[in-house]
Amino acid sequence: MSYLDNPTPIPGTYIFDGKVAAKGFGLNKMCYTFNNKEAREEFLSDEPAYCEKFGLSDAQKEAIKNRDVIGLLEEGGNIYFLAKFTGILGFNMQDIGALQTGMSVEEFKAMLVKAGE
Amino acid sequence: MAKIIGGITTSHIPAIGKAISLKLEDTPYWKPFFDGYPPVRNWLADKKPDVVVLFYNDHGLEFFLDKKPTFSIGVAPQYISADEGWGIATIPPVTGETELSWHICNTLVEDEFDITICQEMKVDHGLTVPLQLMWPGNTYGHIKVIPVCINCEQHPMPSLKRCFNLGRSIAKAIESFDKDLNVVIFGTGGLSHQLDGQRAGFINKPFDLMCMDKIVNEPEELFQYSVRDLVEQAGAQGPELNMWMGMRGVLTGKVTELHRNYHIPISNTGAGTMLLENN
Repeated sequence: MSYLDNPTPIPGTYIFDGKVAAKGFGLNKMCYTFNNKEAREEFLSDEPAYCEKFGLSDAQKEAIKNRDVIGLLEEGGNIYFLAKFTGILGFNMQDIGALQTGMSVEEFKAMLVKAGE
Repeated sequence: MAKIIGGITTSHIPAIGKAISLKLEDTPYWKPFFDGYPPVRNWLADKKPDVVVLFYNDHGLEFFLDKKPTFSIGVAPQYISADEGWGIATIPPVTGETELSWHICNTLVEDEFDITICQEMKVDHGLTVPLQLMWPGNTYGHIKVIPVCINCEQHPMPSLKRCFNLGRSIAKAIESFDKDLNVVIFGTGGLSHQLDGQRAGFINKPFDLMCMDKIVNEPEELFQYSVRDLVEQAGAQGPELNMWMGMRGVLTGKVTELHRNYHIPISNTGAGTMLLENN
């Protein structure tokens, strides 16, 4: 039996397994291209057209448009590839953490510091 | 014969690379972390390893999800650090060790580890940040690096036990390699962190400290934790402990802890640094 057969969700946590990987394939493929400068520029010059090129679903396009990280995770985004998208927007990991947890960036950073006490 | 002289664990967070670029090592945020490195650097300067076997994970630079190997090993003469999309500076090319790499691959497949063998491999922060930390100013030109990449991006991921045994098999290969080389092993990544989801920012200090204690002389006790347990207790990226276990598996002799540092937070992470000598 695989550890993935445990159906109990882990609160606030997304398990990027085969089902999610299939759902997010186009989205993640698009984000993978952002390793490349020309691709980043092409995306920024016409975001909807670039999303269309990778066959994103309407929900994925909407989440890209709204910079909705949780929405992107719900739609199959993989955090390492999404980081290449949010990187284009100039967000670091604390910015993304704040976005996902609904905290301010300062509150999020304070929470991290508290974990060390 | 080649000799395994020790193992080093280190975080490989991209923010560290940025801090190095911006020369922030002595600022209040970074100092407690960077202060953990001089003893490790001194040991490396003293022991003069010829080769580093470096366990890391590829966060979407070389491998996309179209083909995602569980274990992959570089056999290239050189590895290139490349644009990762969000601005980390690249570092000069890293030299490989093709002969020992192939010898390791031969041994692994004989031992039923069916690895992916890579003659070209772009290397990301998982590999480059540890080199920058150990050899400031990118003075790693004299070191030959063998990248061992473990999937930590897509489930299913291998167990701690499997990664430890992968390390054991790599040890067998190194110890049967007919050249007088000193080899050091890096286990990079970790410790607890979670980048994604509403639980982003989760760090578990007691769990991290327990792992650091156990990995010295009782690494098998960590086998009880499944990948799911790691996600629950050490965060979504907690399975990066696999690289530490791979490293530990390669240390087959008497292991002595010479140094450790643990600091929270570095970016979103509990950062653990350890120096283990293998005799």
